[in-house]
Amino acid sequence: MNAPAKGFNAPTRRDLLVVGTAVVGGALLVGCSLPDALSTGGGKHDFGAFGPFVKIGADGAVTVISKHIEFGQGVHAGLAAIVAEEMDADWSKVRVEQAPAITNVYANTLMKVQGTGGSSAIANSWDQLRKVGAASRAMFVEAAANRWKVPPGEVTVKDGVVAHASGKSATFADLLGEASKVAPPANPVLKDPKTFTLIGTDRVRRKDSQAKSDGTAIYTQDVHKPNMLTAMVAHSPLFGGKVKSFDAAAAKKVAGVVDVYQIPTGVAVVANSTYAARMGREALKVEWDDGKSEKRSTAAIMASYRDAVAGKGEPKWESFEAKGDAAAAPAGEVLAATYEFPYLAHATMEPMNCVAEVDGNKCHLTFGSQIPTMDQMNAAKVVLTLPGAVTIDTLFAGGSFGRRGNFQSDYVVECVEIAKKVGHGRAVKLVWTREDDFMGGKFRPMVLHDVKVVVGKDGYPAKWTHRIVTQSIMKGSPMATKGADPTAVEGAQGSVYLKATPVVDGQLCTVESPVTVLWWRSVGATHTAFVMEHTIDQLAKKAGKDAVEYRREMYRRAGPEGARHLAVLNLAVEKAGWGKPAAGFTQGVAVHESFGSVVAQVAEVRLENGEPRVGRVVTAVDCGTAISPDQIAAQVEGGTCYGLSAALFGKVELKDGAIQQTNFDTYRVLRHNEAPQVETYIRPSVKAPSGMGEPGTPVIGPAVANALLAMDGTVTSSLPFVKG
Amino acid sequence: MTIALDINGKILQTEAAPDTPLLWALRDDLGMTGTKYGCGIAQCGACTVQINGQATRSCQVPISSLEGAKITTIEGLGGMHALQQAWVKHDVPQCGYCQSGQIMSAAALLAEKPKPTDAEIDAAMSGNICRCGAYQRIHAAIKDAAGMAPAATVAAAAPAKV
Repeated sequence: MNAPAKGFNAPTRRDLLVVGTAVVGGALLVGCSLPDALSTGGGKHDFGAFGPFVKIGADGAVTVISKHIEFGQGVHAGLAAIVAEEMDADWSKVRVEQAPAITNVYANTLMKVQGTGGSSAIANSWDQLRKVGAASRAMFVEAAANRWKVPPGEVTVKDGVVAHASGKSATFADLLGEASKVAPPANPVLKDPKTFTLIGTDRVRRKDSQAKSDGTAIYTQDVHKPNMLTAMVAHSPLFGGKVKSFDAAAAKKVAGVVDVYQIPTGVAVVANSTYAARMGREALKVEWDDGKSEKRSTAAIMASYRDAVAGKGEPKWESFEAKGDAAAAPAGEVLAATYEFPYLAHATMEPMNCVAEVDGNKCHLTFGSQIPTMDQMNAAKVVLTLPGAVTIDTLFAGGSFGRRGNFQSDYVVECVEIAKKVGHGRAVKLVWTREDDFMGGKFRPMVLHDVKVVVGKDGYPAKWTHRIVTQSIMKGSPMATKGADPTAVEGAQGSVYLKATPVVDGQLCTVESPVTVLWWRSVGATHTAFVMEHTIDQLAKKAGKDAVEYRREMYRRAGPEGARHLAVLNLAVEKAGWGKPAAGFTQGVAVHESFGSVVAQVAEVRLENGEPRVGRVVTAVDCGTAISPDQIAAQVEGGTCYGLSAALFGKVELKDGAIQQTNFDTYRVLRHNEAPQVETYIRPSVKAPSGMGEPGTPVIGPAVANALLAMDGTVTSSLPFVKG
Repeated sequence: MTIALDINGKILQTEAAPDTPLLWALRDDLGMTGTKYGCGIAQCGACTVQINGQATRSCQVPISSLEGAKITTIEGLGGMHALQQAWVKHDVPQCGYCQSGQIMSAAALLAEKPKPTDAEIDAAMSGNICRCGAYQRIHAAIKDAAGMAPAATVAAAAPAKV
């Protein structure tokens, strides 16, 4: 596995095996191995004097290289601000460029592969980029000290200007030649966070707003290359179906259609334009082999989950939480609740797409790559090369919410398969229509929770029994771990409320289906936060206590691990004015920790035409050091809308296996007139930053459910709220 | 067959088939990719352009129907339109993919109603989906561009105690 790619060397199984650990999705996962050919990216790289993360132009302008994709979460600004702070660069002139795919240089330090996920982009880069910025600063300081013959300790830097008390000063541009010759210090001195002048201020704003407001930002969908072809693929209408036969005669007669052929995932129509590809596909006739496809309806699938909880069909259970002696637990009144969650689509605004150029075993990809290492590995298997030899230009993506990063690189591999057939390095853009995107699956799994809480004499939980039935995201993947799939239970597993409960028995049963599933913004928390928080309000009601007071007591009982929850809860209820909603509204509260951050929300809800409508949402967050308060607020605002959209309307249903929601006419999403007014309050912290891309998503659903419970006693036992 | 289209004040010739939706003629044939594909069935608004000043879903309009019509796309706003400046000021975009369509809908609204009410903004903008959920900033930026004070939306730090 040390040999570089020669001819048609396929990666060996060992190359694709798995070592190392990573934290993704709030859970401990196992990362992919880094064979040498992958690590070196197929060759040597010269990154210049300041290394792989910083380039400084002759004009002194600083460009920060982002190893993470920008798909809305504001990471370009956040990463650049970390470097600029330690470097004392002029923030207004700092630019950001996207890194190429070179795993050993640009690996996520938590995931151990190059990739963006688990709300870890800022968290994993914090130490790394502070050092990069500080080392770059030290190189300019030393260059100036040498030129001016003064001690380095007397040299200051501010906004890209290096100065000395004697009155001497020089810009980064002036000193670039000399600074480039200084050896970067291995352990540069980092700033005391108390002296930060950029991080934590409202000066840290996005760098891409202009390009994204004038139409010049380039997404995969916008890529045009000379002589490029556009492809669409006819996929099986049922999950797990295969091509039996096809008739391409009519499709080939469509003007602009170049060719039609079978690939492993269906039948590809290759054309000179997107419209021609679509018309060609409409003319295509395909017969499908449904022998192994999912033919059940979602109602039947959920019924099978209920059967598992009832012990029918020999369900296999795996423990995810066990504490205390169940037999010795006190008897008492029992609160029993079940919760059912549907499949959800990510429904990114830009449907999945990719541009590939394949020439023999050379492969170049241009698209929004969320996990370049995985995409390299999967593409390499198609063109028979080593992963590091696959080159990727990563573009902005029109959203992902998890969809663009998956173990199969589904839409990427599909594009590479077509580009391989086309060959000669000719660019092929694979376009998925909106319908393809929905029918492409990778849904948030359907989930059933069954919860029974024995309530002690004091009104607080004495024993918590929890059963979860769902499809596993991780099982069979390169990141699978032993025991209960952490992505299915995170949020119930490790819950602060279970820490406050003396006896706990939590178990998971995973089931199989040809329907494909994947992480979806906030992953396990999409359902566990709802279950834990809505159950707590029912317990508080049963105990005759206020929902906020009940939580406070639970956090106290949880010990030190309840302290952050208590703090954000207190901040949210203070800012919201708990107990004093706007006229006509009812308040609901929820708190959840995910990706290292704790979020509390108080939502004000009323019913309009029988549907919950959310007005003001007051949010308090503890995410460690806040690099960009404005972008944290943006993620809370957007995450709240994303979570609310799913809670109110989101569901993908199957009828005899056929997907019922294939576009925005049937998959209802939150619209402008339905959006809440979100306020965000950030708890000051000197701890390292934790995730903020996802933690704003899972809290609003239970906050709304708890408002409905307070309004008229309604218990929400299934989502979405709006049926039909 | 060539069709002449009046786009952003210029007459552009396209040889795309007459039934081609304007969206695809713009993107594939005329190289103007600011207008986005989102759903193809006029449900998401990502492809919004203005035709004779009306916000219109370009995925639904065949180019054969557009001879003589004045078409404005996001490229035609020039980059420094009051709405675009407000978009940047409020850091409205997240992924940004829907924003061309959002801005074209908002521009049509302000052209007709320079001081829209909240309800008028809601009505004009509810056809444009933003999956990142930037609605609150879109709303604030429209009001700002219209010279009306938007509600405070930006992060307020808690009192400085840890």
